[in-house]
Amino acid sequence: MHAQLTTWWTILRICLEERLVYRGDFALGTLMRFLPIVTQIFLWWAVFQALPAPTHGQAQNIAGYSYQDFVAYYLLTMVTRAFSSMPGLASGIALQVRNGEIKKFLIQPIDMLGFLLLSRIAHKLAYYSVALGPFTLVFALATWGGYFTGWPDATTLAAYAASLVMAFVLGFFLEASIGLIGFWFLEVNSLLFVYMLFSFFLSGHMFPLDMLPEPWRTLVELVPLKYLAYFPAAVFLEKITGPELLRGLMGQAAWLVFFVLFCRVAYQRGVRRYSGFGG
Amino acid sequence: MAASEHPHYGRVFLTFVRNSLVRDMTFRVNFLLDCVSSTSWVLMNIGFYLLIFRYTDQIGADTGWGKYEFFVFLATTMFINSVVQAFFMPNAEEFSELIRTGNLDFALLKPIDTQFLVSLHKVEWASLANFLVGAALLALSLWRLLTRPDDPLVIDALAVVLYVFYIGCGVAILYSLMIGLAATSIWLGRNQNLYNFWFYITNFSRYPMEIYGGRYGTPLRWFFTFIIPILVVVNVPARLMARPLNMSLATHWQLPAFAVAATLVSLLVSRWIFQRALGSYRSASS
Repeated sequence: MHAQLTTWWTILRICLEERLVYRGDFALGTLMRFLPIVTQIFLWWAVFQALPAPTHGQAQNIAGYSYQDFVAYYLLTMVTRAFSSMPGLASGIALQVRNGEIKKFLIQPIDMLGFLLLSRIAHKLAYYSVALGPFTLVFALATWGGYFTGWPDATTLAAYAASLVMAFVLGFFLEASIGLIGFWFLEVNSLLFVYMLFSFFLSGHMFPLDMLPEPWRTLVELVPLKYLAYFPAAVFLEKITGPELLRGLMGQAAWLVFFVLFCRVAYQRGVRRYSGFGG
Repeated sequence: MAASEHPHYGRVFLTFVRNSLVRDMTFRVNFLLDCVSSTSWVLMNIGFYLLIFRYTDQIGADTGWGKYEFFVFLATTMFINSVVQAFFMPNAEEFSELIRTGNLDFALLKPIDTQFLVSLHKVEWASLANFLVGAALLALSLWRLLTRPDDPLVIDALAVVLYVFYIGCGVAILYSLMIGLAATSIWLGRNQNLYNFWFYITNFSRYPMEIYGGRYGTPLRWFFTFIIPILVVVNVPARLMARPLNMSLATHWQLPAFAVAATLVSLLVSRWIFQRALGSYRSASS
C-alpha cells in the first residue's frame, strides 16, 4: 500500500515539474483566451440594447438571464472548461494504441487509466497555479464592474464545488472512452471531431442552454455534455436550485459512473484484442 | 533573354493552383471530409445566430442589423475568411517552419519575388467549401430582403461591383496582417502564440462595428478601425450590400474611402515588415 502511494506521488510530481517548464508563455496564453469572450460580451450588450424597454419593474432578460448574468455566465463557463477540457487525451490514447506504445502499460505494474488520470491532475494543478493570476484579475474586474453580486450561499457553493470536481472526472473518462475506441477503429480523429463539434455547441459555452427551443432542449438534457460547461455555471448563478439541483448532481454522478465503467470494460476488452508487432 | 529574367507571375500562380488541386485530389475522401468538417462548423455558427434572433429583432438598438441583414454580414465574413484560409493560411503557417528549419534559403534562391512565392505556393481547396455556403446564405438573405413587403432592398450594379471590390480589400487587409505577423517569426524564432493572437484579433472583425459601443467599446472600435483596421474588413462590403440603416451621406462614403486607404497602407506596411525581416534572416543550421 505504501509502495503504491509512493509510486503515485512520484508520478504526480514528475508530471507537475514537466508542466511548469514554460510558465510565462502559459500565463500569456491563458490571459489571451479571454479575448473571444470580450467580443461575445459586446455582442450580448448590443442584443440587450435592442430589447424592448423593461416593463412593470421586470428587468430585461433573455431566457431568465440579465445582461450581467450573461457576462457572469461566460466567465463561469471558462472556469468549468478549465476543469472539464482534456486537450489531446483521446487522440493521445488512440495514438498509443496505434503505434504500440501502449504495451509499456501491459508489462509495467502501472494501470494506464490511473497513470493518465494522475498526469491530468498534475497538468490541471500546474494550470491552475499559473492561471489563478489571470482568472483572479478578470473576476475581480467583473465583480468591480457589478457583474457578480457577491457569493451564493454555502449550500450552493458546496454543490458548485462538487459539480466542478465531477466535471473534471467526467471530462476525463468521457474523452478516455473515445480514445479507447481506438482499440477497435485505430483512427478516432473523425469521431473526435464529431464529439468536439457537438460539445462546442451543446455543452453550453457558446450560450446558456436554457435559450434552446424544443426539441434541442430535451436533447441536451439527455446527453452528458451539459455537465462539462453549462451545469456548474448555472448552479453558481442559482439558476438550478432545490430538487432540480439534487437531480442534476445525481445525473452528473450517474454519467460519471457510467463512463468509469465503460472505460474499465473497454480497456480490458481492448487489451485482450490488442496485438503488437515488431520491436 | 529579357523574357526569362522576369517570371510570368500569373502563370506561376496558375501552376500553384493546379498543383495544389492535383495534391488534394489524390486523397479524395480526405478532401471531402475536410470540406464537411469546415462547413459543419459554419453551419453550427449559423444555428447560434438563428438562436439569438429568436430573442431579438436586431443586433444593437436602431442599427438596422436585422436577421437577414446580419446574415448578409455573416455570408460576407464567410467569403473573406474562406479565401484567406484557402490561399494564405497554409502558407503563413509553413513560413515559420521554413524559417525554423532553414528551408527559406531555397525560396530566397528562386528568381521570383520571395513574398509572392512564400505567400501563395499552396492552396487549400477544401477551405473554399465555405465560400459556397456563404454564396447560398447570401442568395437566401438577399432574396428575403429584396422581396420583403415593407421597404424592400434595392441593389444596383454599382453596389455589386463595390461589394466585390471591398471583399478584395478585406482579403488584402487580413493578408497583410497575417504575413506581417508571420514575418516576425524571423526575429522571434518561433511564435505559436502569435498565431493564436491572429485568431483572437480577427475575432473582432466578425461582428457589425456598432456592437462596440459604450465606455469600453468606443475606444476599442476606434483602435480596430484606425490602428489595426480589421473592423473595415467585413463591415464595409456588408454595409454596401445590406444597407442596414440610412446613413447620412457623409458616413456613406467616409468609411469606404477610408477602407481603400487602409488597404493600401496595410499592404505597404506588411511589405516593408517582410523586407526588413528578410534582411535580418540568418539561415538556420550548417
